[in-house]
Amino acid sequence: MAEYQNIFTTVQVRGPGYMGAEAKRGGLWPRQGQPFFNYLAGLIGDPQIGPIYLGWTGMASLICGFVAIEIIGLNMLASVNWDPVQFIRQLPWLALEPPSAAYGLSIPPLNEGGWWLMAGFFLTASILLWWMRVYRRARQLGMGTHIAWAFASAIWLYLVLGFIRPVAMGSWSEAVPFGIFPHLDWTAAFSLRYGNLFYNPFHMLSIAFLYGSAVLFAMHGATILAVGRYGGEREVEQSVDRGTAAERAALFWRWTMGFNATFESIHRWAWWFAVLTTLTGGIGILLTGTVVDNWFLWSSKHGVAPSYPHLTAPVIDPALVQGAPQ
Amino acid sequence: MNFYVRLALGLAAVLGAGIAFTFEYPPITVEQRGYRGLAIEQNHTDKGLATLAANNVVPAAADPQEPSGIKSSKAYENVKVLGDLDSNEFLRLMTSITEWVAPQEGCTYCHSEENLADDTKYTKIVARRMLQMTAHINATWQPHVAQTGVTCYTCHRGRGVPANVWSAEPPQAGPTFAGNRAGQNAPSSIAANASLPHNIFMSYLDKAVDIKVQGTQALPAGNRNTIMGAEHTYGLMMHFSNALGVNCTYCHNSRAFANWSQSSPQRVTAWHGIRMARDLNTAYMEPLASVFPDNRKGPMGDVKKVNCATCHQGAYKPLLGVSMLKDYPELGPGGPIKATP
Repeated sequence: MAEYQNIFTTVQVRGPGYMGAEAKRGGLWPRQGQPFFNYLAGLIGDPQIGPIYLGWTGMASLICGFVAIEIIGLNMLASVNWDPVQFIRQLPWLALEPPSAAYGLSIPPLNEGGWWLMAGFFLTASILLWWMRVYRRARQLGMGTHIAWAFASAIWLYLVLGFIRPVAMGSWSEAVPFGIFPHLDWTAAFSLRYGNLFYNPFHMLSIAFLYGSAVLFAMHGATILAVGRYGGEREVEQSVDRGTAAERAALFWRWTMGFNATFESIHRWAWWFAVLTTLTGGIGILLTGTVVDNWFLWSSKHGVAPSYPHLTAPVIDPALVQGAPQ
Repeated sequence: MNFYVRLALGLAAVLGAGIAFTFEYPPITVEQRGYRGLAIEQNHTDKGLATLAANNVVPAAADPQEPSGIKSSKAYENVKVLGDLDSNEFLRLMTSITEWVAPQEGCTYCHSEENLADDTKYTKIVARRMLQMTAHINATWQPHVAQTGVTCYTCHRGRGVPANVWSAEPPQAGPTFAGNRAGQNAPSSIAANASLPHNIFMSYLDKAVDIKVQGTQALPAGNRNTIMGAEHTYGLMMHFSNALGVNCTYCHNSRAFANWSQSSPQRVTAWHGIRMARDLNTAYMEPLASVFPDNRKGPMGDVKKVNCATCHQGAYKPLLGVSMLKDYPELGPGGPIKATP
C-alpha cells in the first residue's frame, strides 16, 4: 500500500492544479499560467509548476535582466567576431570588462567600458526590482519579510563590489567584470593587489559564517530527516506544540553536545549565519583599498599574521643592491 | 525507472567519465622547499620528470682541437667578431654552431655556397650579432646565468628559430563598437589558459613597466596600482610558471607575494632574468629589424623576441643546469668575441 514519506515520496498526487488562496490585498495582476505537473520536479519538491505572479515589478525586473544579459552576451559574441561556434567554445573565458582606471568615474565610450556601465545599471535595476517583488509577495501573503532582508544582505555585497566601493575609490575600474573565468581572475587579482584578502578580518568572518552556514544546514537537514518518521518535517507545528519528533531531535543534540537549539531558533541560527556571510563580506570588501591597502602588512602590524623561520640565506630586494645590472 | 531519470543518470555518467580523463593521476612527489606548513613545495610526477629529462639532453661537446697558432682573422676573410679566436678553434665552433642551430641545412644556412666569407645571407649577420649577445649574457648577466652560462644551443636546440619566441600581438579582429577583449579573456597558452591578460611581453620584457602592484604600507599611502595591473602581473607570472615548470612557491611565499624577506633566493635570480630579457630584446633583437626578412617577423612587422621560455623551455634551469659553456670558453667572459665588429 502507498505510504507517505517525507523525501522519497513514492506517490505523486495528480489532481486539478491548485490556483492558490486569494491574496489578502489583490494586486492589479492575476496569477498567470495554467498549472501543470512534472514528475522530476515531484522527486525533489512539489510536482505542480505554476501559476506564477509577475506583477509590474516582476515584469520590469525580467525586462531589465533581459537587457543586461543581452548587453553582456552580445558583447561576448562581438568579441569572437560574431562566430557562434567560438562563442560556445570560449564562453567560460569571455567577458564584458569595466572601464580602465584612466576613465575614473566618468562615462567612457561604449567599447571602453560604456557597455559595462549600461549592463551594470540594468542588472542592478533588475535585482532591486526583484527584491521589491520578494518583499511585496511576502507582504501580500501575510508573511514576514525575512526572505527579502536575507536577499538584501546578498544585494549589499553585490552593490559594494560593483558600485559602492568603486565610487569610494573614484574609479569604475575597481569593479568586477562580467564573465565566468574573468570574474574569478578578478577575485584573485583583487586579493593580490590588496596584499592578500585572507588577512582581512571581515573576510575571515565571512568565511566562518559561510562554512558555518554549511555545517548548520547539514546539521539541521539531517536532524529533520532523522525525525521525519515521527512527523518531524512539520517543524512549525512542532515548534508550537512539541511532539515526539521535536523531543527526540532536541535530546539528540543535548546529549551529543550539551546544547540544543529549538525547532524555532534553529531557523534564526540559519538565517543569521546566511545573512552575516554577505554582510561581513561586504564590509571586508568596502574596507579594502579605501582604508587598508595591504592586508598582510596590516595583519602583521596588529599581530595577527605569524612569522616563520626562513630556511634559506636572507633574501633582499635586488633593486636595493648597489651595482646590480638594471 | 522513469525515462528522464535514466536520461539524467546516463548524461551524468558520460560527463563524469569525460572529466576523469582531465585529472593528473597520482603518485605525485611533493618536494618541500620552505618551512613546514607554508605549502612552499613543488609537485612532480614520474612521467613529468621523465619527459623533462628527455627534452633536456645535452649534446656531446666537439673534440678539443690543437691550436694552429694562427688567428682566424688571418686564416679567413671577413671574420668580424671571432677574428681573435685561433683558426682551429674557430672551425670547431663553426661546426658546433651548425649542429646547434642548423643541423639539417648545414653551413649554407648562413653561408653562401660560392664564398663562405660573403655576407649575402641575412642569417650570417644575425648569427654574428647572436654571438655577441651570447658573450654579453655570459659576461654581464651572471646574476641570472651564473657560471653555467649559455650557448647557442640553450635556445636553438637544433632549430634555426628557437621554439619559444614572441612578437607584438595584432589588434583584435572584429567589430570596434562592442566586444572589446582588452588583451585578455581568451584561452591563451601564454597565461596558462586562464582568461588573464596575454598581451604582457611587450609591457614587461621589452618596455620596463613596473611589475610590482602591492603597496609597502598597511594603510593607503599613494599606491595607485590597479586591479587590472595585478591581472597583468599575474599573466606574466603564469608565463614564468609555465616556462620554468614550477609553481608560485618556487620563488614566493604565497601569503605575501611582494615580500622579499619571505621569498626564496630563486626570486632574485628571476628578477635579474626579467632585466636580462629586456636588455636582450632592446639591445640585440630589435636593432636587427632591418636585417630580418618579413617572413621572420611577427604579424605586426616587429622582430621575434625572447621571453623566459626561449631558454628555459619548461625546465627550472635550461638543460637542467648542465653547463655547455665550460666546453666552449670562447663564448664566455674574457673570450675573444668583439662587442663591436
